[in-house]
Amino acid sequence: MSIRHHLTDPLLMAYAAGELPEAFNLVVATHVSLCDECRARLASFEAVGGAMLETEDVAAMSEDSLALCMDRISGLSQATARRPLKRAGILPAPLADYVGGGIGKVKWRNLGMGVKQAILPTGKDASARLLYIPGGQAVPDHGHRGLELTLVLQGAFRDETDRFGPGDIEIADEAMQHTPVAEEGEVCICLAATDAPLKFNAIIPRLAQPFLRI
Amino acid sequence: MMFEARQAEKTDAPFSSQQYAAKDQKVSRRKEGSAVQADQVETDWAALVLRVRDHQDRAAFAALFRHFAPRVKAFLMKSGADATLAEECAQDVMATLWQKAHLFDPSRASVATWVFTIARNRRIDALRKARRPEPEELPWGPEPEPDQAEVLEAQQDTERLGAALAQLPEKQRALIERAFYGDLSHSEIAAETGLPLGTIKSRIRLALERLRQQMS
Repeated sequence: MSIRHHLTDPLLMAYAAGELPEAFNLVVATHVSLCDECRARLASFEAVGGAMLETEDVAAMSEDSLALCMDRISGLSQATARRPLKRAGILPAPLADYVGGGIGKVKWRNLGMGVKQAILPTGKDASARLLYIPGGQAVPDHGHRGLELTLVLQGAFRDETDRFGPGDIEIADEAMQHTPVAEEGEVCICLAATDAPLKFNAIIPRLAQPFLRI
Repeated sequence: MMFEARQAEKTDAPFSSQQYAAKDQKVSRRKEGSAVQADQVETDWAALVLRVRDHQDRAAFAALFRHFAPRVKAFLMKSGADATLAEECAQDVMATLWQKAHLFDPSRASVATWVFTIARNRRIDALRKARRPEPEELPWGPEPEPDQAEVLEAQQDTERLGAALAQLPEKQRALIERAFYGDLSHSEIAAETGLPLGTIKSRIRLALERLRQQMS
């Protein structure tokens, strides 16, 4: 997979710091699962956290804390085998975990014109969903209030800015008006997260918006 | 109770607890010395985690606890936890270090970086009560006998970063600190840290390329 569109430094740093809403965490974790470049950049931001911890002021622990912790670990077994989460087809492990399996497990809802979506269960400060867009089909034109991340899992889409293929991530903010269209051929499946409801420019989707929870 | 008595015996095992304590103190003095010596010091933490992993070495754990628990506590307090919660969570973080020592890969990250990620995750649980999806684990390390040159490099990266952090203009450093203590929203986090992150990225990138070649 040759990825051309990557995560930004601020997003990777916010993920390393643990400051992103859950829905964005999911997109970042999924992209990093596919992209060694961003995995390496993430490691460098985590090292910043480590360096800060090391140079950190100290806050004295209470006197008995070490003894308490020693007691505690006596009752703990050390896990020795790792049971990593498994990738399921086109769904990298963190996403497969949310879906509860592969793409076949997704509970799609029709949005019309063959476009489908499935909202994923995340915290309410941002929302994540899977999108299913048949080749040649447009995702309704929309502007944003906030930040929207769209990660391609299968197929590709194009908009005014560029082409986005598997593993690519598009990062859009409120200034951006775009009309993504799925490339002819394979169905385009994306993971999208936004921290504000999408506002569609066409009247019908806008009316439908509260009911679709997007 | 017998159980407790046995634990106490283990905890106070005379053979190494004091040795490590002495080493620990020497460490903080040496830290003020040259960079080369400081690197040596960082390697010691990694060696202690490996002793916890391979021998359930309680004295090594105690040394790690004395160094890292007060730092984790300070980190959590700056992130908004009160002293009681921070102390509790610092204990949790250290217990996790004990339990997950087998996941520590000294050729990829320093102990400080690894402890930071555990503390960060604990903070998300405790303060934000949110889930944090993690990237897919790669089928690599930690290897039983890590390459010492790589281990040293990983520790040196953290040293260098620490030095670079200290040299940043006050305003810039404060911004990075606020990002890590959760004082900035994700949309406020700046793109430019002014830190030499390129060397760390390249090191991990090379290791990943090697891994991919081995897998294919």
